[in-house]
Amino acid sequence: MQHTAVHAAPRSFIRRYIFSTDHKVIGIQYILLGLFSAILGTTLSMMMRMRLAWPNLATPFLAHLFPTGFPGGVMSPEFYLSLLTLHGTIMVFFLLTTVPLSGFGNYILPIQLGARDMAFPVLNMLSFWATFAGLMVLLSTLFIQGGPPISGWTAYPPLSALGQIAGPGEGKGQTIWIISIAIFCLASLLTALNFITTTLNMRTRGMSLMRMPLTVWAWFTAATVALLAFPVLLGGAILLLLDRLAGTSFFLAAGMVVSGKLVPNSGGSPILWQHLFWFFGHPEVYIIILPGMGITSHIISTFSRKPIFAYRAMVIATFSIGFIGFIVWGHHMFASGMSPLAGMVFSVLTLTVGVPSAIKVFNWLATLWGGQIRCTASMMYALGFVSFFVSGGVTGLLLAQPAIDVYFHDTYFVVAHFHMIMGLAAVFGIFAALQFWFPKMFGRYMSEGLGKLHFWITIIGVYSIFIPMHFLGMAGAPRRYAQFTEFTYLAKLQPLAVHISWAAFITGAAQLILLFNIFWSMRFGKKAPANPWQATTLEWVIPSPPPHDNFGDVDPVVYRGPYEFSVPGAPEDFTLQTEPTTGGAD
Amino acid sequence: MTRLLAVFFWVLAITTAIAFIVHPIWLPELVSAEGVEVDSQLIFTLEIAGVAFVAAHLLLGAFLWRFGRRRPGPALYWHEDSRFEITWTIVTAIVFVGLGLQGSRIWAREYLTDAPANALTIEVMGQQFAWNFRYPGPDGKFGRTRPDKVSDADGNYIGLDDSDPAGNDDIMTQNIIAVPVNRPVKLIVRSRDVLHSFFVPVLRFKQDAVPGMGIPVHFTATKIGEYEVACAELCGMQHYKMRARFLVMSDADFNAWLKARSAQ
Repeated sequence: MQHTAVHAAPRSFIRRYIFSTDHKVIGIQYILLGLFSAILGTTLSMMMRMRLAWPNLATPFLAHLFPTGFPGGVMSPEFYLSLLTLHGTIMVFFLLTTVPLSGFGNYILPIQLGARDMAFPVLNMLSFWATFAGLMVLLSTLFIQGGPPISGWTAYPPLSALGQIAGPGEGKGQTIWIISIAIFCLASLLTALNFITTTLNMRTRGMSLMRMPLTVWAWFTAATVALLAFPVLLGGAILLLLDRLAGTSFFLAAGMVVSGKLVPNSGGSPILWQHLFWFFGHPEVYIIILPGMGITSHIISTFSRKPIFAYRAMVIATFSIGFIGFIVWGHHMFASGMSPLAGMVFSVLTLTVGVPSAIKVFNWLATLWGGQIRCTASMMYALGFVSFFVSGGVTGLLLAQPAIDVYFHDTYFVVAHFHMIMGLAAVFGIFAALQFWFPKMFGRYMSEGLGKLHFWITIIGVYSIFIPMHFLGMAGAPRRYAQFTEFTYLAKLQPLAVHISWAAFITGAAQLILLFNIFWSMRFGKKAPANPWQATTLEWVIPSPPPHDNFGDVDPVVYRGPYEFSVPGAPEDFTLQTEPTTGGAD
Repeated sequence: MTRLLAVFFWVLAITTAIAFIVHPIWLPELVSAEGVEVDSQLIFTLEIAGVAFVAAHLLLGAFLWRFGRRRPGPALYWHEDSRFEITWTIVTAIVFVGLGLQGSRIWAREYLTDAPANALTIEVMGQQFAWNFRYPGPDGKFGRTRPDKVSDADGNYIGLDDSDPAGNDDIMTQNIIAVPVNRPVKLIVRSRDVLHSFFVPVLRFKQDAVPGMGIPVHFTATKIGEYEVACAELCGMQHYKMRARFLVMSDADFNAWLKARSAQ
C-alpha cells in the first residue's frame, strides 16, 4: 500500500518552489503555466477577431512588434494563419490539457485518495518541466525567421511536410512546432503513468474504488486515455519530422508539384496523418472534458447538499466515454476521401458516445432535484459547464451524420460546436475548480462577488459570440479564412463577423476581473477554514493550505462514499468520508 | 441569485430558439437534386437538437427556481432510481442511434453508389491557389497526365501529356466550371500539391482534394445560375481567395460554352 517514510519539507527556495517534487507545488505550477497560456492564447484570438472584423485595419503598435507579420501596418493573411495555429496549439495542449488534468489533478487527486504525494514525485517534477520546455519551444517560433507555422493545430500534411516551399512558417517554424508537440507528448505520458499508478496503488485504508470521488474517476479515466492516445501522436510527429528532415514519404504521395517544382517523394498518404492525428485527437477532447465533468459532478453535489445522483452510472458513463472515444476518430474525416463505408460506421459509433454524455446531463439535473441549492460562484460556473456542454453537445447530432457534415465540415458551425463543448465547457470547469479549491490551496477564499460578476459577463459574452457563429456556419462560411472579402456569399456575412468580434473583445476584457480576483485573493482574500464549503471528501479533512505531507503521520481511514450529504439522522447536512459508520466518537 | 440564473437559462433557451426559427441568416439556396434529402435531414436533426437544448435549459432553470430558495427540512437523500435511469438511457439511445441510421441511409444512397451511366465526367484539380477543371471532350476520354509535364508558364497546370492522343480534345479551364442543368455530373477530385477541399455551398457537399488520389463524387444541379466554389481545407497563404465560378447552364448554353472553350 502506502509508503510510510515521511519527508520533511525542503528548506531551500529552489527545491521548494521551483524544482519541487511536492504534488501541490507542481499542481500550482501547472495552473500558473496554464494561466500564462490562457492569457497568451486569448490575446492571439483577440488579434484574429480584429482582422476578421476589419481586414484592412492598420495597427502601428502591433506592426512595430511584428514587422514581418504586418507589411504596411496591416496584418498579413499568413500572419493570421500563424496566430490561428498558435492559438489552437496553446489552448488545446497548454491550457485545456494541462490545467484540468495535470494542474488540479496533481493538487487534489493524491489528497482525495488519502495519499502523501503522487506515486513518482520526481517523475512528476520532470513532467512539469518538460511541459514548460514544450511551451517555450513552441513560443520560440515567434522569434525566428518565417515565424510560427501556418498549418493550424492539426498540421495536415502535405502543407506541414513540405518545408519552406509551402509558405513562411513552414520552414523552421513547423519543425519546431513538431518538436514542441513531441516534448508535450512525453510529458503527458509521464503524467498519465503517475496518475494511474497513484490511483491504483496509493489509496488509503477504506478508499475502495467505488468510494472514490467522481473527480478521481475522471482524472483516472482521462489519464488512461492519455496513456493510450499520446503515443500515437508522438509516433505521428516523429514520422512527420522524418518526412521533413530525412526525406521519407510517410505522408507524401508521388507526383506532387509544389510552387512549380516536382517533389521527389513517392508512396505515402496524406490521409495516414489524419488517421494518426485523430486517433489521438478525438480521445484528446475527452482528456480535456472528463476532468471538467468530474469537477462539475463534485460541485453540483456539494452545493445541492445532496448525494450525486446515480454514482455508479456516472462511473460507467465516464469509462464508456473514454472507451468509445477511441473508436470515433473517423468523424473528423467524412470529407477526407476515407471509405464512405467507414464513414457510416464512425457515424453510428459517434452518436453512441452521445448516450453516456446525455446520461451525465440527466444525472446532474436529477442531483439538483430536491436539493438545498447554494448559489456560490463555483456552483454557478459548474452550472455554466452543464449549459455549454448541452449547447455544444446537441450540434454534435448534426456533425456526426456524414451526409450533413460534408456541408458543415470546416465551416464556422464546427468552430462554434467545439468552442462550446470542449473549449468553454472545459474553461468553466477550470473556473469552477479554481473558485472551489482556491481556499484549500491558499487558505483564503476568492472573492465571491468578483467571481459572480466574472461569471455573468463571461457566460453572456460567450453565448453572444458562439450562438451567432452557428449562423456563419449555416451560411457555409469556411473556417481558417483570413478575410471574407473574396466571395460574394461571404461578404454579406461581414456585419455578423463584426458583431462576434465586439462580443469577443468584451468577453476577453472581462477576464481581467478573474486575474485580479486570483492575485488579490491570494493576498487579501477572506481566511478560509479547513472545510469552507462543508464538503465531504478527504481534501477537507486537512488544514488549508495543507502541510507538506498532507495527512502527516496518520493515514486517514475512509468509512463511506464520497457524496454523503443530508444523511437522515446525521448531525450536519454533510458527513465526511472519514466519519466512522458506527457513529462512535474518540 | 439562483432565481436570476434560472431566468437567464430560460431567456437563453427562448431567444436562441427564436433566433433559429426567424433565422435572418440561413442555408444558401439549394441547387442540387441530392441536397433535398440532406436539407430535410439537416432540418429534422436541428429540430431534435433544438428541442433537447430548450428542454435541458428549461428544466435546469425550473430546478434552480424551485430548489434555489432555502426551505425548512434537509435536502432529499436520494442516490439513484433505476426506473428513471433505464428510461432515459433507452430513449436517448433510440433517438441518437436512430438519427445515425437515418442519416446513414442518405449517405449510402449518395456515396456508396456510382454516378448514373449518363453522367458527365469532369476532373477537378486543386493547386495553390486555383481550381483547374478538365472535360474529356468528344471522345469521352481523359488524356494521360504526368507530373513532370506540369508547367504553369505554358498554362499546362495539370501536366497533360501531349504524346497521348486521347488528350488532344480535352478541354481545360481554370477557376470556372460549367455544368448542364438536370444532368448528373461525376467529379473526380484531385490535387497536385497540398490538401484542398472542393466546396460548393449550394450543392451541400465538399470533397477534399488529396494528392495521389482521384476521389469520385456525383451530383445533379437543378437550377440555372452562377454560384461559387470555395476551398474548405487550409492550403496555405491564399486559402481565403481560392475561388472558382460555378455555372449551371441549359444544355444548349452548356454545349456552346464547351465549344467556345475547345476552340481556344
